[in-house]
Amino acid sequence: MTSNKRRVFLKGTLAAGTVGVAVGAGLLTPSQLLAAARPADAFAARDFSAAMEAALGKTDLPEGDIDITAPEIAENGMVVPVTVETGMGDVDEMALFVVENGAPFTCKYVLGAGAAPMFATRIKMAGSSDVVAAVRSGGNWYSAAREVKVTIGGCGG
Amino acid sequence: MSTIRVRAQESGGVVTVRALMTHPMETGTSKDSAGNLIPAHYIEEVTADVGDTRVMTAMWSATISRNPFYQFQFEGQKGDTLKLAWSDNKGESDSVEVTIG
Repeated sequence: MTSNKRRVFLKGTLAAGTVGVAVGAGLLTPSQLLAAARPADAFAARDFSAAMEAALGKTDLPEGDIDITAPEIAENGMVVPVTVETGMGDVDEMALFVVENGAPFTCKYVLGAGAAPMFATRIKMAGSSDVVAAVRSGGNWYSAAREVKVTIGGCGG
Repeated sequence: MSTIRVRAQESGGVVTVRALMTHPMETGTSKDSAGNLIPAHYIEEVTADVGDTRVMTAMWSATISRNPFYQFQFEGQKGDTLKLAWSDNKGESDSVEVTIG
């Protein structure tokens, strides 16, 4: 417990120091500190590589130590449980894509103070597809993929 | 009545948060029974704060399932207050505060 608190404290001090320097140098405006910007272009993209380019700035990512937990076969594409977690360190952002969906970019997770590099949610899948998770560790993006077969799709229309 | 049900439990210095939100999460591509397109209506952002500290921001598309579930973890302690909030593409929002147990 004590060591844990100390870790949080040290992390907070380091982060505050870095941000302070960035503000001082005019690299960040105060509004950027309050809210992370929504990557609207990435959410609007209608194919996987365009979504990845818009969301991450690149499409060819090295394989990372990332675990995607999802059913092998999902009977209902309206509700597919997905958990993404990683053993990699210095993680500040994570992203999730469903390659074959009409809007592939599903969600982005921005880690705050003391946040663990994991999230779990439930997503819609139009049909069978690779689910791709990307993790930014030490400033570089890594990815992993997992195939989910869907027997009844869940994106309407 | 809040649209958010949230549980935050600490174990070994790590707080696990499980949240359920009531929201249609319409993609804009589904049709109603009369064949008319239902306008897109979905949560765009979920944030979690402890005091003045933001512990996470989640940005969503309408691909997140109806009545969204979200789980995440952060380093924290019992007794602190966690504030969870969402805002959607129509400018609606809601938030709730819970004590970490």
